[in-house]
Amino acid sequence: MAINEQRLTADLLKPLQRTSAVWFLWVALLLGVVGAGAVGFGYQLWQGFGITGIKWPIYWGFFITNFVFWIGISHAGTLISAILRMVQAEWRRPVTRCAEVITAFALMIGGLFPIIHLGKPWLFFWLVPYPSSRMIWPNFRSPLVWDFFAISTYLTGSLLFLFLPMIPDFAIVRDHSSGIRKKIYGLLALGWRGTTMQWHRLETAMQIMAVAIIPVAVSVHTIVSFDFSMAPVPMWHSTIFGPYFVAGAIFSGIAGLILAMATLRKFLHLEEYLKPIHFENLAKLLLTMSLLWGYFTFNERLTVWYGNGAAEVNSFLATQKGSFAPLYWTMVICNFVVPMILLGIRQLRTMSTMVIASLTVCVGMWLERFLIVVPSLGHKYLPYSWSYYRPRPNEIFITVATFAAMMLLYTLFAKFVPIISIWEMKAGEHQPSEAGAERVHAVAEGRLEETHA
Amino acid sequence: MAHRWGMAVDLDRCTGCEACVAACHAENNIATVGELQASRGRALHWIRVERYFEGEFPDVKVKYRPVMCQQCDAAPCEPVCPTYASSHNEDGLNAQIYNRCIGTRYCANACPYNVRFFDFFNPAWEKPLHLQLNPDVSVREVGVMEKCTFCTQRITAAKIQAKAEKREVKDGEIKPACVQSCPAKALVFGDLNDPESEVSRLFESPRGSKLLEDLGTIPKVQYLG
Repeated sequence: MAINEQRLTADLLKPLQRTSAVWFLWVALLLGVVGAGAVGFGYQLWQGFGITGIKWPIYWGFFITNFVFWIGISHAGTLISAILRMVQAEWRRPVTRCAEVITAFALMIGGLFPIIHLGKPWLFFWLVPYPSSRMIWPNFRSPLVWDFFAISTYLTGSLLFLFLPMIPDFAIVRDHSSGIRKKIYGLLALGWRGTTMQWHRLETAMQIMAVAIIPVAVSVHTIVSFDFSMAPVPMWHSTIFGPYFVAGAIFSGIAGLILAMATLRKFLHLEEYLKPIHFENLAKLLLTMSLLWGYFTFNERLTVWYGNGAAEVNSFLATQKGSFAPLYWTMVICNFVVPMILLGIRQLRTMSTMVIASLTVCVGMWLERFLIVVPSLGHKYLPYSWSYYRPRPNEIFITVATFAAMMLLYTLFAKFVPIISIWEMKAGEHQPSEAGAERVHAVAEGRLEETHA
Repeated sequence: MAHRWGMAVDLDRCTGCEACVAACHAENNIATVGELQASRGRALHWIRVERYFEGEFPDVKVKYRPVMCQQCDAAPCEPVCPTYASSHNEDGLNAQIYNRCIGTRYCANACPYNVRFFDFFNPAWEKPLHLQLNPDVSVREVGVMEKCTFCTQRITAAKIQAKAEKREVKDGEIKPACVQSCPAKALVFGDLNDPESEVSRLFESPRGSKLLEDLGTIPKVQYLG
């Protein structure tokens, strides 16, 4: 056994107990950036949507790009952690919570964009099916309404999935603190005492959630892709979009997870817990997804080019050779070439190259979303209406602010909750014996009296 | 009998004078956004005259095509709207209900003709121009979509008048602003459910075609030429 239990608990609780001045500076900086984004949005409400770069006929731009990007990032967590739990990959233990938190926060941020991008954001609740006095329901045929259901389901599910395995850790924090902290964590721990029955119920609930969350995650990004593929817009109206979006989402999600873990490892000194093997395994997953992404992109592009549809081919050429070509080829390099070289060649696969590849994938996947949304709208059927799009400052502020918001939420989370699941690490150190497992079943089935663990 | 309003556009008659555009702006209280915003793509033209050029300079032939909402029977803008702001009315028109619109702009993206316009700012008219607003047409506020209605206020007025006089609406009685102002008489409006109407006759013309017909939107605007 590498690390004894006391040290493990002490190490993982340290970020909760000690706060440096640098931490406050960092939080203040992030708050400032998020504030700038909020001011940008406020200004947009005050002045009108015209202060963005959105125009006729490119009515979706940075905001929808951010929406798709962040919903994509959210697939890091729950999906990956659910799969790793289900296949009982032992190396998952220190990784799962980092991943699940990304999901929760990325969804919250991504879910804001459909509201930010509305002409009348204060009326967003008209998408909610509630019995209004005039009995006007939302239009259930609209993919935007499907979005609302998909995202709210996923957010609820992933919050539960995040919260369940935190219960025993809240109890640990409760037992290691005093005063008001003890009260708050005691409340969050929901009366956890660690009885055999409680453990059994927790395991069962987590298994149910892991199975349930995977189809939800897949459906969410498929439905996000439907926002595009349901509309008769050149290069949007495509059957490949569902799986293409899901693959891209998992791809960017893993990249986001590697970045988050590398940051945590460095700043919270978790080198003994987040080991090179974890990064190595995630990097292999990232490489696989990069290949899958390349395969999908190739399929999408080749069929459009070969089919040579009058409208499609214009949108295709605009990205391939026209004004969007620099962005397009940057995307290909970021998403495919860089991961292939840095992660595909074993000698090059080090901690820093893995971080670099993850960074380029995040950039590349953001560009991918942008290149799906904008060029097609600028190259619809009637050449008279062709146009281009440039973002204006408030869109850029808000975009940057979302990245700061993600970091801020993550920083705060790591301050108040052990970012590595303490009990799961301990459970990994002590694999249950067969007799122990039998005992748990016996208690669950009522054959044996439960005792305090 | 229910009406089914349609329009025929004779491209051989259109001179590209854009009187229709000006008339539409005046009739429907469409905001003029100014030079800067127009250059940023915020101009609102419910009807526009597209210009296409054939041949190489100086041997050039110009083609004009007035494009307004095609009032599709299978309109892509309608199913995508989450709040039913974009929906079919009983006369077969694609109605845009400003009060229901929350500005997702999805309808405009789905529209293959790009004839839907978003209000980027609250409209403003320099005094005394605010006195020339049409009282029959609501002024749209910031954040909603707007589009050609075939001058629904004139259709409604004619129907009320006909009902008061206990008769059917006569062919040619309703003239949307663009039709009324077209000096070349390139635009003809009428009821497609009336087989005797001029527009029904023009819809039978062998010169006719519909814009982007192969998308299956079933437009109610016929182009001749």
